[in-house]
Amino acid sequence: MTLWQIIIAASIAVLALKLAGYLVPPALLAKPTPSRIADLLTVALLAALIAVQTLGSGQALTLDARIPAVIVAAGLFAIKTPFIVVVIVAALVAAGLRALT
Amino acid sequence: MTQEPLTVPAAHWVDEHRQQRLAVREGLAVGLATAAYGVSFGALSVAAGLDIWQTSFISIVMFSGGSQFALIGVLAAGGVAAGPAAIASAALLGVRNGIYGMRTAPIVGSGLWKRLAAGWITIDESTAVALAQPTSRSRRVGFWVTGLAVFIGWNATTLLGALIGDALGDTRAYGLDAAAAAAFVGLLWPRLKRMQAIAVAVAAAVVAATLTPVLMPGLPVLVAALVAVVVGLFNWLGAPARPGTAATRQGLRS
Repeated sequence: MTLWQIIIAASIAVLALKLAGYLVPPALLAKPTPSRIADLLTVALLAALIAVQTLGSGQALTLDARIPAVIVAAGLFAIKTPFIVVVIVAALVAAGLRALT
Repeated sequence: MTQEPLTVPAAHWVDEHRQQRLAVREGLAVGLATAAYGVSFGALSVAAGLDIWQTSFISIVMFSGGSQFALIGVLAAGGVAAGPAAIASAALLGVRNGIYGMRTAPIVGSGLWKRLAAGWITIDESTAVALAQPTSRSRRVGFWVTGLAVFIGWNATTLLGALIGDALGDTRAYGLDAAAAAAFVGLLWPRLKRMQAIAVAVAAAVVAATLTPVLMPGLPVLVAALVAVVVGLFNWLGAPARPGTAATRQGLRS
């Protein structure tokens, strides 16, 4: 698979899922289990991505400047800091620690 | 009882008009806030090895922040070899948009082209703003204004971020890898209000980290998603859910 093929396939898949919502009979929503799984699916995927993005480098686990950066980010989100500010601060924390070490 | 004068037709019309103005204002504010972090997506995408065209293509066609960050996150870790896992991660994160579509379809109304356009801009933000409005007209206004404002802003700032990322060169030195993790934390944070969600998040993170040295990049995230399916199926740690209540509404704000 080329990079372009991956990008196009993923983009079409996500777009198709959005459009599918307009075709599915709303009765499906009346069932609590599918919507509960969909909610939790989002939570699980995001949490897993945080873990991999913070600890992974290729197939190895490493402890580096990303960990303090993510902890600072979580703390800032907890006190309702705007998204873009947190992202910038996290980058600065990691960049600063790397410049020092 | 003291509210009675408000229900006469003239006052009602003024009220309706005001609701629509409020919906427009809220939509534009959300669009502006979302656009601000399009810059981080653009820069991170270039850092993950995509070019500016590919980055913009994703923001236009896929147009869903969580899925976009997931795609480039997995590609950054595993390269093209992790392609299938990258596609699956993006698609699974996109499932919730389909759920939103079921709720926004009655707001949008019928008509093929209208529904096609509406589907395209059905995301966390447009759904949340629409469903927060009190009247059916202001819901429709809120949906379209938010969706279009985010679409325009997000794509403009994605391009800007890609150009900046391209100029930066070594993105690790600027801490952009940590910024990507922080962005995911920001997407996850508003969803951690109930015990069940917190437990799923912790378990999924542990599963993904544990499997990282064992499986090829991308797969640990997909296996971790099974945690959600199992917990959701048996509703462990969950309140007895009723349809259309907190359980379904919880995930909307981000």
